[in-house]
Amino acid sequence: MTSTIQPFTEPDLPVLKKWPVLLLQNIEKTFGIGDIAVHALDNVSLVIEQGDFVAIMGASGSGKSTLMNIIGCLDIPTKGRYFLDGIDVRTLDDYQLSLVRNRKIGFVFQSFNLIPRTNAVANVELPLVYAKVSKAERRHAALDALERVGLSDRLHHTPSQLSGGQQQRVAIARAIATNPSLILADEPTGALDSVSTQEVMNILNELHDEGRTIVIITHEDDVARHAHRIIRLKDGQVISDISAPPSGPRAMGAINA
Amino acid sequence: MNFESVRIAIQGILSNKLRSALTMLGILIGVGSVIILVAVGTGSREAVAKQFESLGSNTITVVNARGFGGRGGNRGTQSRAVQLKQSDVDALNKPGNCPSCKAIVPTVTATAIGTFDGNTYTPQQFLGTTELFGPVRNYSLSAGSGLTAQDIADRAKVVVVGKTVVDNLFGTGTPFASVIGQTVKFGNSNWTVVGVFSPKGTNGTQDQDDIVIAPDTAVQDNLTGGGVFNSLTVQAISHNATGSAQAEVTAVLTALHPTSNGSSPFSVLNQATLQSSQEKSAKTLTVLLGAVAAISLIVGGIGVMNIMLVTVTERTREIGIRRAIGAQKSHVLSQFLIEAVMVSMFGGFLGIAAGIVGSQFKIVGIQPSIAAYSVVLAFAVSLLTGLFFGLYPANRAASLRPIDALRYE
Repeated sequence: MTSTIQPFTEPDLPVLKKWPVLLLQNIEKTFGIGDIAVHALDNVSLVIEQGDFVAIMGASGSGKSTLMNIIGCLDIPTKGRYFLDGIDVRTLDDYQLSLVRNRKIGFVFQSFNLIPRTNAVANVELPLVYAKVSKAERRHAALDALERVGLSDRLHHTPSQLSGGQQQRVAIARAIATNPSLILADEPTGALDSVSTQEVMNILNELHDEGRTIVIITHEDDVARHAHRIIRLKDGQVISDISAPPSGPRAMGAINA
Repeated sequence: MNFESVRIAIQGILSNKLRSALTMLGILIGVGSVIILVAVGTGSREAVAKQFESLGSNTITVVNARGFGGRGGNRGTQSRAVQLKQSDVDALNKPGNCPSCKAIVPTVTATAIGTFDGNTYTPQQFLGTTELFGPVRNYSLSAGSGLTAQDIADRAKVVVVGKTVVDNLFGTGTPFASVIGQTVKFGNSNWTVVGVFSPKGTNGTQDQDDIVIAPDTAVQDNLTGGGVFNSLTVQAISHNATGSAQAEVTAVLTALHPTSNGSSPFSVLNQATLQSSQEKSAKTLTVLLGAVAAISLIVGGIGVMNIMLVTVTERTREIGIRRAIGAQKSHVLSQFLIEAVMVSMFGGFLGIAAGIVGSQFKIVGIQPSIAAYSVVLAFAVSLLTGLFFGLYPANRAASLRPIDALRYE
């Protein structure tokens, strides 16, 4: 078993000095065939650079979940190319896709998706287990990550013993434990009250300040306001891509404070 | 990673203890019943073997065809009753008549109440026989001497007794040596104890130590009357010669007692043939019982598969989460496969324990005897069952597309 992923070089691509974290070229995703075919994504091209904080917005049915699945290497585009850290995802098999998800992406889901009946430390350690990190190292990394999200006092609580906000913070700790290239958050605050939402967004802001690349899928303007770049989708197409200084996070933080 | 898979599998088993326990119960019953039922089969085979061993494997038995034991059965309407007499024994002993025979032991069976010093006891077997009884029937002496040819000729009222008879007439634990020379009343006459047999224990159906032997002549004189024997035990010169000995004995006796329809007046039973046929049926019994038990093991295996399928469905979302954060197909496969194998392995261990405990009790009169191969086999099969029936659900779990598994509600 190989533990390193070799970047795939494409001769027909312009030689880039440094690969962006995400490079999507003319991505299409079609479900079904013939008359009943649905074009969930239609010719989407995106570049997301290291250190970006991007919100992908759109109404339900706009294709944002499909885009998130493709970015997260959970699904494969019907057409187009997708490079994650310079790796052509289209050419990877199931084994390699698992490795990419493990090393390159940290997922944060709307419904937290922690392993039930398993305590916080074990949940955070899990991706490191699959990465074959030694027991001592992964324990160390998990404790660091949990400290980072302010849950050092909840190490041995199982998901059912934690509040929604705490569960989502454990999920964020799990996402950053492997030190991934990209943190991919799918409606991370969709199931949280406003106080927990603020906590989670503060953590994401801090992670961004540390230089991490973050992509949030959301339909809430309040959440999107934290991002530095907002991409709007409609009917599977990018309808706007606006880079702007965050209007929300610090301001809201100031108001709340 | 393998250790991690085991840890995760154990977690899975513990997360639903009742369900895991019930699944194990299925395997437990399968493995336990294989061990117990094979042990019953083996036990019955051993009982048969032991019974024949006590008779001697190279002997054949001649009994009157019309009535096992012959006592009184030939009287009444059967006017032309044919009975075994000393003349038959002499004919068989005549050189050249039965070259495959080594010894002829005539036996007359009596029932006699024994009394000694106020104690009364009726031995199960009171046999009038000859000095050859001991060697042919594998009885050895513990004290005193056996019957002698002289005793037979003298029609001496002497007896050799077994341990059970000593215990009942003289008191339990009486030293055998002190019994020698004592006079015991059997029936209406007094008999002198000249020897005591070494204890042989039970042959499975009968206490072999509950026996008294005396010279056939004296028994006929004092207890049964007439010069009639109940049976002849013929010892062949070797185990292989029992067949020819049987033919020779039949020929001699048929010549002596011609019957109108040409059939033999006596039953000549070959122990070796009888033994092998009975052992064969006992073996068939073992196979049959084992097969029935094996079916329950398969049913247990199907239980494992059923539960694993439920578990996989129930934990589809968890599988999706694991796949999303980087678990390989092989991780998911091994997680569920190890879980299935562990459940059946624990079930197998418990089944072995249950089988060993269960085999300690008598079942339908047979003392089960655990066959080592059945333990190993049942355990190996339970493991393979887990592997075989776990493979499909585990593979199903591993083949789930991460995106579908993650969306599963």
